[in-house]
Amino acid sequence: MAIFINEKTPILIQGFTGRIGTFHAQEMIDYGSNVVGGVTPGKGGTSHLGRPVFNTVKGAVDETGAEASIVFVPPPFAADAIMEAADAGIKYCVCITDGIPAQDMIRVKRYMRRYKKESRMVLTGPNCAGTISPGKAMLGIMPGHIYLPGRVGIVGRSGTLGYEAAEQLKALGIGVSTSVGIGGDPINGSSHRDVLEAFEADPETDAVLMIGEIGGPQEAEAGMFAKEHMKKPVIAYIAGLSAPKGRRMGHAGAIVSAFGESAAEKVEILKGCGVTIAPTPSEMGSTVAQVLGQVRKVA
Amino acid sequence: MDIHEYQAKELLTKFGVPIPRGGLAYSPEQATYRASELGGPVVVKAQIHSGARGKAGGVKLCRNEREIEEAAESMLGRKLVTHQTGPAGKLVSRLYIEEATNIDREIYLGFVMDRAAERIVVVASAAGGMDIEEISATQPDTIIRVQVDPAVGMQQFQAREIAFGLGVDPEIVNKIVPAIMGAYRAFRDLDAMMVEINPLVITKEKQVLALDAKMSFDENALFRRPHIAELRDKSQEDPRETYASDRGLSYVGLDGDIGCIVNGAGLAMATLDMIKLAGGEPANFLDIGGGASPERVTKSFRAVLRDKNVRAILVNVFAGINRCDWVAKGVVDAVKELNITMPIVVRLAGTNVEEGRKIIDTSGLTVISAETLAEAAKKAVEATKKAA
Repeated sequence: MAIFINEKTPILIQGFTGRIGTFHAQEMIDYGSNVVGGVTPGKGGTSHLGRPVFNTVKGAVDETGAEASIVFVPPPFAADAIMEAADAGIKYCVCITDGIPAQDMIRVKRYMRRYKKESRMVLTGPNCAGTISPGKAMLGIMPGHIYLPGRVGIVGRSGTLGYEAAEQLKALGIGVSTSVGIGGDPINGSSHRDVLEAFEADPETDAVLMIGEIGGPQEAEAGMFAKEHMKKPVIAYIAGLSAPKGRRMGHAGAIVSAFGESAAEKVEILKGCGVTIAPTPSEMGSTVAQVLGQVRKVA
Repeated sequence: MDIHEYQAKELLTKFGVPIPRGGLAYSPEQATYRASELGGPVVVKAQIHSGARGKAGGVKLCRNEREIEEAAESMLGRKLVTHQTGPAGKLVSRLYIEEATNIDREIYLGFVMDRAAERIVVVASAAGGMDIEEISATQPDTIIRVQVDPAVGMQQFQAREIAFGLGVDPEIVNKIVPAIMGAYRAFRDLDAMMVEINPLVITKEKQVLALDAKMSFDENALFRRPHIAELRDKSQEDPRETYASDRGLSYVGLDGDIGCIVNGAGLAMATLDMIKLAGGEPANFLDIGGGASPERVTKSFRAVLRDKNVRAILVNVFAGINRCDWVAKGVVDAVKELNITMPIVVRLAGTNVEEGRKIIDTSGLTVISAETLAEAAKKAVEATKKAA
C-alpha cells in the first residue's frame, strides 16, 4: 500500500510547462509515476511531454480523474494553486515551492477547513522535496535511485538530509515504504504527527524514521503521538544541535524562538516519549537497523 | 527582516497606533535641534536592531542641551553591546529623540505568528517593561493570549477583552482598543512575523502611547512589500551575511574556523553538528541550494573565504538531480580560480559519486576526499588542527 501515493495514483503537475515543472515531470514519468496531465492557465488544449495540458485543476480532474497533484508554481501564486487543487477534489497534494509568505499558508490552512476531515485534501510541503513510494511512484524532486523499496517509513523536513538517510539505509540493505518531505516552512500542510499517523495505519510500514530540526512544536507533538497512539517504533534525528538561538538556519522555520524548540530540548522530549534517538546524522541508518533487529528478535 | 524602532513607529502610527512626538538625529548638533523642536525633557535613543538598549546605555533621559549632547556623543559611532547583539555589538549611526513621557502604567503588547495554532496570536500582559521571557518566568498569570481567525481577522470585542483583562479604566479602554486593532492591521497588511510594543504606556494625563516598538517581517513576502524591503539597514547585519545574501546564498556567520559549503538547509545543519561532535568549530552555515551548480560553488567559496578566521573548508554535497562529477568539477575550478591554499575536505554523495571522487582525487590539488559525513567532519577537524 505505502502511504499517499502508489503506482496507480493518477498525478497532475501544476505549473506543468515551466522549466522546473517540465524537468521534474519528465523525471517522475521516467520513474514510473502515473502522470496523467498538467495545468498551466492559458495553455489548456495543448499537449506537453505527451500529456494533455488544462487551464484549470477542475477541468483536469474531470477529464483525467487525477487524485494527486504536485505544485511547481512560483511563490506569489502557489497558495492559490494549492487552494485550487483542494477545491477541485485532489486528494493528495505536494507543494515543492520555496518562498511562500507565511500568511498565505495561514490562509490556505484556514481555507482547507471548509471541507470535512474525511474529504479534505492532504497537503505536504511547501518547501519540500516531495514524496516517494520507492519502486511505485515518485511525486517530488528527489533522486529516485537512492531509495530501496522496503518497509521503513521516513518523514522529514529537509530534502538532502532525507537523501542522506535513504542512502545510509540502502547501504545497510534496508528499504523504504514511503518517504515524505513535510518541508522547512513554519506553517506547513502536514506535520510530523500527521505523517506518523498515516504510517501507523499502513500495513506495509514496520518502523518510522523521523528527521526533525530546530524550531516549532511539531517534533514534540509527534513524540506525544508516538507515545500514546503508536505500536510501531519511531527513530528520530534532530538537526541543529549547534545552531545559535534566534538565528534562522536556511529554512524559514528553522529558528529557535521559544522554549522547547532547540535540538537538545527536542531530543530530551522525544526520549521521554520512548523514541529512539540517532545520536549523529551519520548514524540514522545504523540506529534504524538496531531498532529493527530488536523488533525482529522480539517477534 | 528586522527594522529600527523609529521605522516601526512610523509604520504603526499610520495604522492608528499613538506614539510620542519625536525625530531622527545623526549628530549631537541635530539631536539638540530636535530636542528644541519638541521642547521639555527628551529621551535620546540609540537606533540599533536589538532590544535591551536601556541597560547597555543606549537610552538616556536628558533635561538640558548639555545632557543631550553628552548622550548623543556617547552613542553615535559606537558599537552598543546588549545581550541580544553578541559580543561584537551593533553600530549606532542614528538617534531617535523623543519627548519624555509621564508614565502611569506599562503594558506588554505583542503579536506573533503562532506555529502551533497556525494563526496570528496577540499576547498581552499588565507587567509591561520587562521582556516576555521574563514575564513568562516570573508572572505567567498576567499573560493574556488571544487567537485571531484568519478568515475574518481580529474583532473589536477581542481587543476589548484584552483591555479589560489588563484591568485598565473603562475610559482608557476606548483608547487602547484602536491601538491594539491598529497594530494587528499593521501586522496583517505588512506581512510581519512579529510586532512588539513594550511598553505600551498609559500616561498620567491618561493618554495611550507606544513607547517602544519592534517589528520583524516575513522575508518570503518582501516581493509584495517593496516599501518594507527598503527599510533594510545593512549596517546592522554581519558583513559576511550581507555579502552572501546579496548573492543569493543562505549564510549564517558563526564563531569557529571550519568553513562549510553544503547543499540543503537540513544537511547543512547536520554537517555543523557533525563538526562539533568531532571536536571542531564551524565558521558558518551555508546552504547553496538544491542545484549546486559550479557557479554557485565558486560563489560559495568566495563567501566563506571572506571570514578571516577560516582555516579549512568542508564541502558536503548530496547530488540529487545534478551529478557529483559536475559538482566536483565546480570545486576543482573554484580552488584553481581562487588560488585556495588552505585544506579543503570534499564529501560527495548521490548520483555519479565514483566519477566525482575520481575528478577530486586526480585533480593534482591538495583536496582531501571523504566518503561519509562522519569521515569528512573528522578529516576537516584534523586538517584545521594541523593548520593551526
